[in-house]
Amino acid sequence: MCLSIPSKIKSIDKDTNSCVVDTMGVERTACLDLIDQEVKVGDYVLIHIGFAMNKIDEVDALESLKVYQEIIEKLEEKEKQEALNG
Amino acid sequence: MVKKLQLKDLYDGFRDPKTIKAYKKLIDIELENYDKTINIMEVCGGHTHTIMKYGLPQILNKKINFVHGPGCPVCVMPKERVDSAYELSLQKDVILVTLGDMIKVPGSRGSLQDARAKGADVRFVYSPMDCLKIATENKDKKVVFFAIGFETTTPMTCALLEQVIKNDIKNILFHINHITVPEVMRALVDKKDNKIDAFLGPAHVSVISGSKIYEEFPLRYNKPVVVSGFEPVDVIESIYMLVCQFVQNRVELEVEYKRVVSFEGNIKAQELVDKYLIKTSFEFRGVGTILESGYELREEYKKYNAKLVYDEILPKNRAKENKACRCPDILSGVAKPLDCKLFGTVCTPTNPIGSCMVSSEGACSAYYKYGNLLK
Amino acid sequence: MKTVTLAHGNGGQENNELIKEVFYNAFKNEILERNEDAAVIEGGKLALSTDSFTVSPLFFAGADIGKLAICGTCNDLAMMGAKPKYLTCSFIIEEGFEVSQLQSIVNSMKEELAKNDAIIVSGDTKVVPKGSVDKLFINTSGIGEVLYSGISSNNISTNDLILVSRDIGAHGATIYISREGIELSSNLKSDCSSLFPLVKALIDEKIKITALRDATRGGLSAVLNEWVKQSNVCIEIDERSIPVSDEVKGVCEMLGFEATSLANEGTFVLAIAKEDANRTLEILQRFENAKNASIIGKVTQQYPQKVVLNSSFGTKRFLDMPCGELLPRIC
Repeated sequence: MCLSIPSKIKSIDKDTNSCVVDTMGVERTACLDLIDQEVKVGDYVLIHIGFAMNKIDEVDALESLKVYQEIIEKLEEKEKQEALNG
Repeated sequence: MVKKLQLKDLYDGFRDPKTIKAYKKLIDIELENYDKTINIMEVCGGHTHTIMKYGLPQILNKKINFVHGPGCPVCVMPKERVDSAYELSLQKDVILVTLGDMIKVPGSRGSLQDARAKGADVRFVYSPMDCLKIATENKDKKVVFFAIGFETTTPMTCALLEQVIKNDIKNILFHINHITVPEVMRALVDKKDNKIDAFLGPAHVSVISGSKIYEEFPLRYNKPVVVSGFEPVDVIESIYMLVCQFVQNRVELEVEYKRVVSFEGNIKAQELVDKYLIKTSFEFRGVGTILESGYELREEYKKYNAKLVYDEILPKNRAKENKACRCPDILSGVAKPLDCKLFGTVCTPTNPIGSCMVSSEGACSAYYKYGNLLK
Repeated sequence: MKTVTLAHGNGGQENNELIKEVFYNAFKNEILERNEDAAVIEGGKLALSTDSFTVSPLFFAGADIGKLAICGTCNDLAMMGAKPKYLTCSFIIEEGFEVSQLQSIVNSMKEELAKNDAIIVSGDTKVVPKGSVDKLFINTSGIGEVLYSGISSNNISTNDLILVSRDIGAHGATIYISREGIELSSNLKSDCSSLFPLVKALIDEKIKITALRDATRGGLSAVLNEWVKQSNVCIEIDERSIPVSDEVKGVCEMLGFEATSLANEGTFVLAIAKEDANRTLEILQRFENAKNASIIGKVTQQYPQKVVLNSSFGTKRFLDMPCGELLPRIC
């Protein structure tokens, strides 16, 4: 349910309280009426039916990606060890 | 090394095959000495879609069993409401506007697609705000916005209503069909024969409502909840988190989708919803009537309520469901789509009989589309 | 099926149902039943095809209805290994249509005819009252001379590999985002182009071609699903190898589409004898409109009459025939 997609803010129009977002080279205007925090150009937001619903926490996203990388490396290391111990 | 986040990372990073494989292994390791089946209900159709599209059951440990939940707003739309939309669209002075998913849903007279083929002015929009343009261009008509969706989509309807009031637009009316997640989850775990051990909490509902809405499930019902994003890595990581809870004997509310979900949620959106809407009971197709599980316009905004304005022409009779359809059992985890006699024969995505076949994220439809290989 | 809905024109399941139940029923004959892009007639010497064009908007990024009308019919002929030669065209015009626009459309037709070295030899013009058509509809029919015989969607076997000539979905995505009510913008351009030069190059280099089909309405998934049924085989696709541009991915993310179901107007799918697949790739990639040509799958007997998508982490699923009208999803 509720298809929402990460997009990047390209510009902000204060008069209409809207922004233009980019999703992999596709642009659309998105309404900022539901956003309760400060957003700026370059921020990542989640878009649902023409509205920005929330900012995406970059630090947290990067942290997840880092954890994934570590898990992969650990498992690979473990497999190597197991192969060696055969 | 501080890396700058790229938009692509937000997609590809959470669909990475290596990460999926790694979590699969971690789950296998955790479950090695665990001898029970864990029945996980993914409440949300978005999760059903991901699980089936990426074929996760094919690689996941067999001790994990998915129970597909009722979280698809068009699937659980009772036929009477579809009939209302159909009837409204046939009114000469009405332009019926809704979101794409609604167009194909069959009521007892037909779908909105059929109404359009009969000459009704039915339009779908990408955003509710697009109604403003349609209303300006068609001043002699009434634009009825047939509003659907869970918590995720509800604030957008309210934002439209706010604009309508602010700009004193006289020709936009609302037919509200918004529904909420915790009440239907509660209705399912309250059922005696339910098979649910844990929940995968919806992603974008939680962005708006916050993870706080699931607190009661570990506390009162002893069911762990992990709020999960919709990408395949999100889903498999969340399953890993649930598995860890079972193995370690913990029952908690956890959030995997931290990059957008907070405990409190989007307060501004919640306040907007409270300002215009009030809780009411809703009949979930396939589940039954649930108290306080839906929304209606508040009394002070009744002049915008299409249900009142068009009361005379709206159908009042309850529509019949096919008796052989097992959607109610599927939604409570008692049966799988393949257990239904109608599945794939009488009931197909082009001719859906039951609610779960209606939208691409209904359990039956997802099985039909992606899951034939499981036969 | 009581009334015709927009879903019946989707190039997918409903479309096929309508064609089978109504048209095939009445017009049944051996040639028609071969269900190819163009009919091969006169003992295999000639190919014949027809197509109508009702696109809205008439002008879109990368092409217009005129270019489309020539490419559509010429490509259908090329897919049977035929050189497009003689075309007819008929115009159904809504009253009030601007002549300057018509001129510009006809000019792009002229340009595209030159690329195919084909000529218009007969035509028809009808003007209808306002509201009877949406601005302008064009029909073209064409006759081509078969240069390479034996191409057929009914002969695909496990000796073949499956290729696609470029990144998929550009036309469908371009048209969709130019629609009213969607309000998206991008640099995306329709892939609309003539395919005969590419086919000619393959023939000249003596490539063993089993089947060709341009992936128009219903996209790649419709072509593959038609092929597995016609040839009674299974086609297994490596999901990662299907080329899709970032912009098309973006449109798909936003609206909940699958790139494999989006229409193309200058992209074709090839079933080529295994030993010639790499050479085919090399030949195709010489052309500007086939730079991302790719080998996407193989033919097996694992699940006859089914298309299987293999993921890169060991799962598989069926790729189904597109069904229903293409609608943006919120769910």
